[in-house]
Amino acid sequence: MKAFPRSHPLWLAYILHRLSGIALALFLPFHFWVLSLALTRAAALDGLLGVTEMPLVKAAEFGLVFLLAVHMFGGLRLIALEWLPWSAPQKTWAAAAAGGAFLVSTAFLLRAI
Amino acid sequence: MTEFRLYMLQRLSALVMAPFVLLHIGVMIYAIRDGISAAEILGRTQGSVLWFTFYATFVVAVSIHAALGLRIVLSEWAGLRGPTREITSLAIGLGLFALGANAVWSVTAGGTS
Amino acid sequence: MAEVLQQDPMRVTVLRGGPGAPMRPETFEVPLYESQTVLDVVSWIQQNSDPTLSYRFACRVGMCGSCAMMVNGVPRWTCRTHVQKVLVGGAIEVGPLRNLPVIKDLAVDMDPFFDKWVEAEGRHHPTRTRDDGIAPIDPESADRQQATAGIECINCSVCYAACDTVAGNPDYLGPAALQRAWTLYNDEKNADRGSILDAVSGKGGCHFCHSMGSCTIYCPNELNPLAAIAGLKSATARRFFGRRDR
Repeated sequence: MKAFPRSHPLWLAYILHRLSGIALALFLPFHFWVLSLALTRAAALDGLLGVTEMPLVKAAEFGLVFLLAVHMFGGLRLIALEWLPWSAPQKTWAAAAAGGAFLVSTAFLLRAI
Repeated sequence: MTEFRLYMLQRLSALVMAPFVLLHIGVMIYAIRDGISAAEILGRTQGSVLWFTFYATFVVAVSIHAALGLRIVLSEWAGLRGPTREITSLAIGLGLFALGANAVWSVTAGGTS
Repeated sequence: MAEVLQQDPMRVTVLRGGPGAPMRPETFEVPLYESQTVLDVVSWIQQNSDPTLSYRFACRVGMCGSCAMMVNGVPRWTCRTHVQKVLVGGAIEVGPLRNLPVIKDLAVDMDPFFDKWVEAEGRHHPTRTRDDGIAPIDPESADRQQATAGIECINCSVCYAACDTVAGNPDYLGPAALQRAWTLYNDEKNADRGSILDAVSGKGGCHFCHSMGSCTIYCPNELNPLAAIAGLKSATARRFFGRRDR
């Protein structure tokens, strides 16, 4: 059987929300573990924080911020769709505007650093 | 707990986190502007009731949110049902909470003592 | 019958089989006519090539909702789907509806689909008896507009076949049943709104919907089950925050 076609915007928004959520959940334990080193093994934490200066890790960090932003705005979009009596185009525009503004400002800030 | 209450818990924990995520990203951009170190993190967070409350609430909300989100993913994509699903999801929530609480304690405890 | 359009017949691959065996594709050559529907093609095969081919249809004019099948992987009402619009390189693929158990060939068991209509409390709860007068309904009222939006559902199960949440969660009531519940919820002649909200808040309820919207994209009658399900979620949330139902 031919694959069921799913490439419409709402389905893509769904899969992006799910995959970013899974990725964030997988990253969290590592994030918590690294921070827990602060008090007991500050040197080890500094070693790990030093790794964050490497270009590849920097790129991965941007990826994480991106995932977090996508998941948050995607989630707010869902809650608006479910709970607010807005029309569909209003919701689309609100989400697009918020997401776009956030991405632009984050990119700006990260460059300014 | 009924499925509806779990749904509300999922949405409400998300709404609690939305402003936290923005603040979190803001602090992160501020913190890494000229390198990041264990001493720098601890200098900001250690002994601060405000940061402790912020991160502790964040950890509680994210543990609930991630456990409930993964509960649905495990059910739809891994076929987990019944007690297996509930225990797995509970373990994910408790595990994330334990790791998160440990991290929050590590970066905020001490300092004033 | 209409004129044959071209010398070369189209190649029609039909997925065949039943419970207990994997579906196997079988290819037939079928003459191409003008204004031919996918249902015409399936009927031609059954009448001219293989009388054992099983499929289901009744009205042939898009009203009864019994002829839905997967056409090139997409759920469609086959009696209103023109072959010309779905032919890819002179070929089409027809299979049984997704997310429902196959009885034989192109006929699926619709019981799980209709059982869920009942589970979603998709039945009328009268506000009056036969001795009372008929309640006047304002067709322009907000509630009535919401109810009217969903009443053209023909129970074809195309939305149910299109939904990935149904595929992953056998308990999920699905778009059609939930839209029915939303329609009744907004019907002023329907009493006991609370029982509808209870019925759609269970282990397969509206809260499992991930708003992926395939139901609305593929609904042949251009209904919007996605919006109906969002309405139910909103109503249950409002009830949670203590707003009173009528």
